[in-house]
Amino acid sequence: MLNKNVGISAYNDLMNPGHLGCPGCGATIAMKLALQALGEKTMVVIPACCWGVIAGPYPQSALKVPILHTAFATAGAAASGLRAALDMRGDTETNILSWAGDGGTFDIGFQSLSGAVERNEDCIFVCYDNEAYMNTGVQRSSATPYGTRTTTTPADKWKKTGKKNIMEALAAHRIPYAATASIGYPDDLMRKFKKAGEMKGGSRFIHVLATCPTGWRIGSELSVKVARLAVQTNVFPLYEVKDGIHYTVNIKGDRKVDAYFMSQGRFKHLAEADIALIQQQVDAEWDLLTRKAKLSCQ
Amino acid sequence: MKKVIEGSHAVSEAARLARVQVIAAYPITPQTHIVEALSEHCSNGTLNARFINVESEHSAMAAVIGAASGGARAFTASSSHGLAYMHELLHWASAARLPIVMAEVNRALGPGWNIWTDQTDSLAQRDTGWIQLYCEDGQEALDTTLQAFRLAEAVNLPVMVVLDAFYLSHTFEPIEVPDQETVDRFLPAPSPRFQLDTADPSAFNQLVTPAAYMEMRYNTQLAMEEAQRRLIQIEKEFETIFGRSHAPVEAVACEDAEIIMVTTGTVTSTCRQVLADLRSRGEKVGLFKLKLFRPLPTDLICRHLSSAGKIAVIDRNISFGAGGIFAQEIRAGLCNHEPHPPVFGFVAGLGGRDITPDTLVEIYNHTKNNPAPSEETIWIGLNQETVEAWSN
Repeated sequence: MLNKNVGISAYNDLMNPGHLGCPGCGATIAMKLALQALGEKTMVVIPACCWGVIAGPYPQSALKVPILHTAFATAGAAASGLRAALDMRGDTETNILSWAGDGGTFDIGFQSLSGAVERNEDCIFVCYDNEAYMNTGVQRSSATPYGTRTTTTPADKWKKTGKKNIMEALAAHRIPYAATASIGYPDDLMRKFKKAGEMKGGSRFIHVLATCPTGWRIGSELSVKVARLAVQTNVFPLYEVKDGIHYTVNIKGDRKVDAYFMSQGRFKHLAEADIALIQQQVDAEWDLLTRKAKLSCQ
Repeated sequence: MKKVIEGSHAVSEAARLARVQVIAAYPITPQTHIVEALSEHCSNGTLNARFINVESEHSAMAAVIGAASGGARAFTASSSHGLAYMHELLHWASAARLPIVMAEVNRALGPGWNIWTDQTDSLAQRDTGWIQLYCEDGQEALDTTLQAFRLAEAVNLPVMVVLDAFYLSHTFEPIEVPDQETVDRFLPAPSPRFQLDTADPSAFNQLVTPAAYMEMRYNTQLAMEEAQRRLIQIEKEFETIFGRSHAPVEAVACEDAEIIMVTTGTVTSTCRQVLADLRSRGEKVGLFKLKLFRPLPTDLICRHLSSAGKIAVIDRNISFGAGGIFAQEIRAGLCNHEPHPPVFGFVAGLGGRDITPDTLVEIYNHTKNNPAPSEETIWIGLNQETVEAWSN
């Protein structure tokens, strides 16, 4: 099954005009920026996720770089195998970009990702995190934050447990580089992808918050704005971790969480007391993060 | 040169001689000796390959899929629960048309835990689009593994080389291990029909609508059908170079046989002896060894079996509610062909229980003494006391 299906190249970036993303899709913005930073010597490994659809059906492709679509749980392992094949071909220059959603990273893909980074595979592992199973109709994942309504945490059964801290889990593997990034801060995001692309020889992990207007119940024009709010309220801090222990915080937020939570339909049911509790959680996490960063400076 | 090695090492030697480039594996008894040996070869430089120590069989198959998509000659090995765990990716490998080779050591599935031989694991994967080749002895395991790479790369389908646990995997036999130069003549470096390439970017395995999915599956079916013809060609070429051959099926004394016993794997060797003994007593018995199971060589099955009076199929496997799987397949293969003799299905030797010459004589006598099968599946060697202890 050989798909010679790359379309016209009207733009300088590595995405073709036309894709199957929803209007305002943050995951699409993230890919466009990531590939601009990494360049054409990139192969993308995509497990089941929104991007499995966004990339387009046979015989078309939304990307001007090779894509290996793979089964849901396997991004880490398939990327490892592809890396090995390229190494055997003598190609250590091409970056393998594993591009998974939160399900394929936090949940079903966690085992193969953990295995791959424990082996310190020479790949860039990305989670574009839209905080639920959006492709299947907004079901909760372990990346879904406290307080969220999804189709499997409906009405007053909204999610009562917090979001898994995937950065800590990856940092615990003591990989050379882990970073968070946001489509609301494209310069910062591209800097991190460039840095990751140049750091050959080991595992690099980038956790991108990718707004989903459909699942978050926001207007498509608000995608970037809401992503920025997540950083400005410290709900999704931007930081980097070197070798699993050296923390650098990139941006300090100074706004209260209600600005972020009130902007989205998925949190509309939350009472003031709920928001107050979330503020406490965010403050505690922020405090812990900044203390780690301070320790790293000493 | 001849070496006394175990069946597992017949496979690992073949993989080394095939110059595999990427191996990904996860430990499971009784497969582990294969990948341990390959790991050793990678570590001491007798094989230039990347060995990926994955964290599960699911990842092992995903990793060799990634490797083969990148153009590498890729190999893995597994058994039983490991193979079952790979199931999703077995479909993926064949539909992606990747020439992966896997050694599969037949082992029983739990519970209860049982590490001994049983074919239900590989037969449960029969619809995944993998070519399946069942080996009788160590030499055949080595030769078949070499041929498997040629076959896989000729038709762009993955190949499973199947060995019985312990009776083959852990049994030492004198085995002719060919030299590298000869193997290189038979099996040149891979030249993939497609591979991921930044200079020629394509998307592999992407979304496909009903407008094209069926055609993709039809092409896989065509490749499967071609595999039988290609295997016969490859066997011939192998024989020219190495002076040995192992046909997709082997019919021994079938021409005048009233009863033909159908076997797979190591039971075939036992049956050869039983055949000689019975023939010396004037019994008109034949032996039909089925090596190629997918694609099913229906033409060869009909050619060799249809003129017999009765067929006795020995199944070391069970599809619950239907019976032994080889018996079902032989029945299905024969049913549109005239004449077609009655097929007796025998289930024996599950979970590693020995199938002795006496077991096979019992099967032969049962077939001889009954005009037609009294039931779809006849269980051989059941201990009634144990059956009753486990009933209700």
